[in-house]
Amino acid sequence: MADATISQTPTRARTLPRVNTSAVVMGLYLLFLLLPIYWLLNMSLKTNTEILNSFTLFPRDLTLDNYRTILTDPAWYMGYVNSLIYVVMNTVISLAVALPAAYAFSRYHFMGDKHLFFWLLTNRMAPPAVFALPFFQLYSSVGLFDTHIAVALAHCLFNVPLAVWILEGFMRGVPKEIDETAYIDGYSFGAFFVKIFMPLIASGIGVAAFFCFMFSWVELLLSRTLTTVDAKPIAAIMTRTQGASGIDWGVLAAAGVLTIVPGALVIWFVRNYIAKGFALGRV
Amino acid sequence: MNKTVNQKAWFLVLPVLVLVAFSAVIPLMTVVNYSVQDTFGNNQFFWAGLEWFEEMLRDERMWNALQRQLMFSAIILAIEVPLGVFIALNMPKGGFWASFCLVLMSLPLLIPWNVVGTIWQIFGRVDIGLLGHTLDALGIDYNYTQNIFAAWATIVVMDVWHWTSLVALLAYAGLKSIPDAYYQAAKIDQASRWKVFRYIELPKMMGVLMIAILLRFMDSFMIYTEPFVVTGGGPGNATTLLSIDLVKMALGQFDLGPAAAFSIMYFLVILLISWVFYTVMTNLDKKGM
Repeated sequence: MADATISQTPTRARTLPRVNTSAVVMGLYLLFLLLPIYWLLNMSLKTNTEILNSFTLFPRDLTLDNYRTILTDPAWYMGYVNSLIYVVMNTVISLAVALPAAYAFSRYHFMGDKHLFFWLLTNRMAPPAVFALPFFQLYSSVGLFDTHIAVALAHCLFNVPLAVWILEGFMRGVPKEIDETAYIDGYSFGAFFVKIFMPLIASGIGVAAFFCFMFSWVELLLSRTLTTVDAKPIAAIMTRTQGASGIDWGVLAAAGVLTIVPGALVIWFVRNYIAKGFALGRV
Repeated sequence: MNKTVNQKAWFLVLPVLVLVAFSAVIPLMTVVNYSVQDTFGNNQFFWAGLEWFEEMLRDERMWNALQRQLMFSAIILAIEVPLGVFIALNMPKGGFWASFCLVLMSLPLLIPWNVVGTIWQIFGRVDIGLLGHTLDALGIDYNYTQNIFAAWATIVVMDVWHWTSLVALLAYAGLKSIPDAYYQAAKIDQASRWKVFRYIELPKMMGVLMIAILLRFMDSFMIYTEPFVVTGGGPGNATTLLSIDLVKMALGQFDLGPAAAFSIMYFLVILLISWVFYTVMTNLDKKGM
């Protein structure tokens, strides 16, 4: 006790002038993270003349014209619609097939289960660059090129394994006795799964959905390769604008800001599961 | 959990199997096909055996790309892992501020990859970017489209910006699983801050940290979009990483045979690392961490 008092007194004496180092470290780190994003936001609210002719830390004459351009021009806003369509399709497909599979992996042993689980993982880790060309040819040959479903199916390559892994992690936390009791009570497998089991892992389904949505939203290489006009994602439309000789920086920045919005909106709900999702359900 | 043996469980996995087979096995077989065939155009193919593989293995180009790729992965791991752990140690332990930090830190992770590239492309420009302008004003010669060092610095800093939070989030999750009793015991023993880190926090974090390292290694190994948007692989070929080179070869020059052989070797490397990853993960599962 005496030791504790001695060791604490000098600390207390120093507390007043000393700043909280953790807070400073976090502050600096967050500043580092947010500065580039702020710069994009800043540019999106400026006119092109202001961007190119003067260097200002915040927009001097604030304008929403860049956003207006995007939201009124179908060539621009259809990009968002296209992206959203295939992302949602992908999320639905991924979850629909991953739910039963994850249940099987979490509850049963069957022939080849470990190999299958590993094989799924390798697909999550497969470089999209390897698949770009074969996908292009596969979907062209079955007549799905430049459709939303083609991109949605292509993204299943890494999202289905991800969903299976995340869901399996959550399902293992549900005691098996619940399944057995339900079967004794006369539930069929389907009824049990939908009425009892799915509500129990609702948060897991939400997290898996979020990560499927996210990884499909951020991916560009495959979605760009598989589309030309009708299903072109917003991300690819942005790249095209960059290639033009005169770059409309303001509109480009505004388009960028708008792609950050969907993630930023929902992240609050999954904040406690973020680590779990990125680690494929294994934290 | 003790699992029961049930072969009928195969029916539950079947949809996944069919879907992933469609989107993985068929394309992969196409690649294998190309890698052992040659063409004179007109869709006429003939057997080439292992020629493409031999050619690629002798080709300077692939080795150079591999070298740059390994260097890139090594650099970003050397920065992101210690930095991520350091950030995790400094995060608020709970309450509103912890959530606040979690949300802001996750923000870069949710930005589409080419937008990440665009953000840094703009940020680093000398005429309109904050970073480029500031460095220029300080008298530092910085131009990521011409200067090799500047190009590398930009893509490395960009990756650190993009992914350090992932390491930090995982390390934080590991830290939070340490019971308070451990810290109290350390306090009774009057352990120094360093010793608490070395003997309590680090061993407890090791599991998730392994996952973080493997994930970062793997994802950095197949990085494409971000550096491509910023530097386009240049100046010259200075930042042409494996994926960039592969896409150039396959979709740009349509050299199907060599590109396919390249893909297969690329994929085998990934397979090997995936296996290490899987072993680490399943061992952790067994330990119940």
